[in-house]
Amino acid sequence: MSVLVDDDTRVVVQGITGGEGKFHTEQMMEYGTNVVAGAVPGKGGQEVSGVPVYDTVHEAVEEENADTSVIFVPPAFAGDAIFESLDSGLDLAVAITEGIPTQDMARVNKRLTETDTRLIGPNCPGLITPGEAKLGILPGNIFSEGNVGLVSRSGTLTYQVVDNLTNRGIGQTTAIGIGGDPIIGTNFVDALELFENDPDTDAIVMCGEIGGEDEEEAAAFIDEHVDTPVAGFIAGRTAPPGKRMGHAGAIVSGSGTGTAESKISALNDAGVPVGDTPEEVADHIEEFLA
Amino acid sequence: MRVSGERKLAGFKQGRNGPSNGMKLHEYQAKQVFADAGVPTPDSQLASDVDGVVTAAEEIGYPVAVKAQVQVGGRGKAGGIKLADDEDEAREAAESILGMDLKGYHVDRVLVEEAVDFTDELYVGITMDRGEGKPVAMVSTKGGVNIEEVAEEDPDAIAREHIDPAFGMHPYQARKAVYDAGVDQSVARDVSSVLTTLYQLWDDKDGADAEINPLMVTSDDDVIAADAVMNIDEDALFRQPELAEMEEEAAGGDELEQKADEYGFDYVRLEGNTGIIGNGAGLVMTTLDLVDYYGGEPANFLDVGGGAKADRIANALDMVFSDDNVESVVFNIFGGITRGDEVAKGINEALEQFDEIPKPVVVRLAGTNWEEGMEILNEDLVTVEQTLEDAVQRAVEYAEEVSE
Repeated sequence: MSVLVDDDTRVVVQGITGGEGKFHTEQMMEYGTNVVAGAVPGKGGQEVSGVPVYDTVHEAVEEENADTSVIFVPPAFAGDAIFESLDSGLDLAVAITEGIPTQDMARVNKRLTETDTRLIGPNCPGLITPGEAKLGILPGNIFSEGNVGLVSRSGTLTYQVVDNLTNRGIGQTTAIGIGGDPIIGTNFVDALELFENDPDTDAIVMCGEIGGEDEEEAAAFIDEHVDTPVAGFIAGRTAPPGKRMGHAGAIVSGSGTGTAESKISALNDAGVPVGDTPEEVADHIEEFLA
Repeated sequence: MRVSGERKLAGFKQGRNGPSNGMKLHEYQAKQVFADAGVPTPDSQLASDVDGVVTAAEEIGYPVAVKAQVQVGGRGKAGGIKLADDEDEAREAAESILGMDLKGYHVDRVLVEEAVDFTDELYVGITMDRGEGKPVAMVSTKGGVNIEEVAEEDPDAIAREHIDPAFGMHPYQARKAVYDAGVDQSVARDVSSVLTTLYQLWDDKDGADAEINPLMVTSDDDVIAADAVMNIDEDALFRQPELAEMEEEAAGGDELEQKADEYGFDYVRLEGNTGIIGNGAGLVMTTLDLVDYYGGEPANFLDVGGGAKADRIANALDMVFSDDNVESVVFNIFGGITRGDEVAKGINEALEQFDEIPKPVVVRLAGTNWEEGMEILNEDLVTVEQTLEDAVQRAVEYAEEVSE
């Protein structure tokens, strides 16, 4: 079992003819993902690595029954590409693109309240259900099948923590990278709810970072609604206020909101142990599963 | 009635230490953008030498404020804003401000501005509320002070109105925010109009923040923008060519941070002595945190980004070596789209040009092609560790040895 993605997922790749789109389509297929179509305006009728390309996402849905899109469209056009996927009646859209203007995402965010399509990202590595399918750019070889759900705002930090787990023989149900932007689709609370309702997920890792209040909201949600044990990690303890640490969303404001301390104490109050190192996160998960 | 300068100078910009989540326009640039859109602003001229300041002051008429044009908060307290009532004072102000070092920034231009008589100072601003994922308009009668302090100490003193980005700000919302804030009826119409213009600018120009603090109310019940803040979403500069040109002018700051801009790195300079290079914001932050956890002090945040090739890796090492505070370097790469062999090539390239390696480099490679990377990596030049924790501890030890 898993959440959001498995080997039945039928994927359309938006931007499949670009360098990144083509490369990662091949990687996804190699991992076992069922990529059924590509969508690129003006490229309808072509094929990429044996996958038929359509001009619109609507066509890909009609012709190939695609139910999920993965978006590798450049930032200037990515907001529009997300709208297209939301308006095509897909179940899930995964936006990998980094650098989408924030105002475009505010409009997308509004649209999300009016559709049933779920958005992951943008500026995220995607998600993976080990042994079944991956949507995005995560390196499949470090993941292993198991019973730990993982949700993270950062790509490479996800890999680090997964590596720590996999090295101890602890596998994953699904790992979700929700992205490092200020405005994203699926947030921690949404992902935690999915894992809580997944009978095969026995423990959850949540990797947050400085900036915003999503981790605090997640802590409140865990306190009220999550029985599955959760271990946390928060990146950016040493970040000075007012400096953006890479991710557009990773910034501690001058008035002190979004600090690591605030997030760690909120999580601790909700009974979530927060590791000082990624290795310690794996220690906590091992204890939960013992 | 208070005269600007009695209590504080007209347009005294309180330190706004808020999110620097975008490209910041200088005050004079933001004022120009606001004035072009019809927001009332004081008469002002930019000057870059003492005679220019005096000429400008005479054209505008005394008293004037002479304001350093640098991108730091708290200019007034640091001596970057001075009031002048006559030519001698203008000359004196210009001599002391032009050429000064203001919190690490060299002042080469000042704005000479008509000092405004005012009875009240308001705050109006538009920003993105990331929690709601919506823009929010804010109005307060407690302008002229650091609005973030007001937000913390007296949150009810700021009226907020969330805006649906699909519709824009409805006219009633501008009125409501102004009345909710308790702005006097005699100026409510004008303040609503300024707020409406501000939102339109924010929307049209891909603003991250657009603020007027203070928006001064004069004894004639006019409003006038004594300061102007406009931060633009960097990700949207591709469709804001006019503002993108301004960025050149606004650039400044730490020499190393400028170098990082040239190389296109996400880089933040800190004060420690352990240099850090990695890929991906979350993992680089974690590496910094671990340096601290193991008793060291991080010298910087440097994210090479995804898919970095050898030359980029070499540039990253060059960056960190250029920081005199750095005594050791930890290189932590977890490859996803970044490949270990490219990283190893870049490290070799950067280090082989030295007869003697300037600072010890600890390398940890994991993920995509890490085995290939380890085969390529010249282990005579670096120390290799298998885990993140070991690599950080080793780099911290090296830095300590040198410091002793």
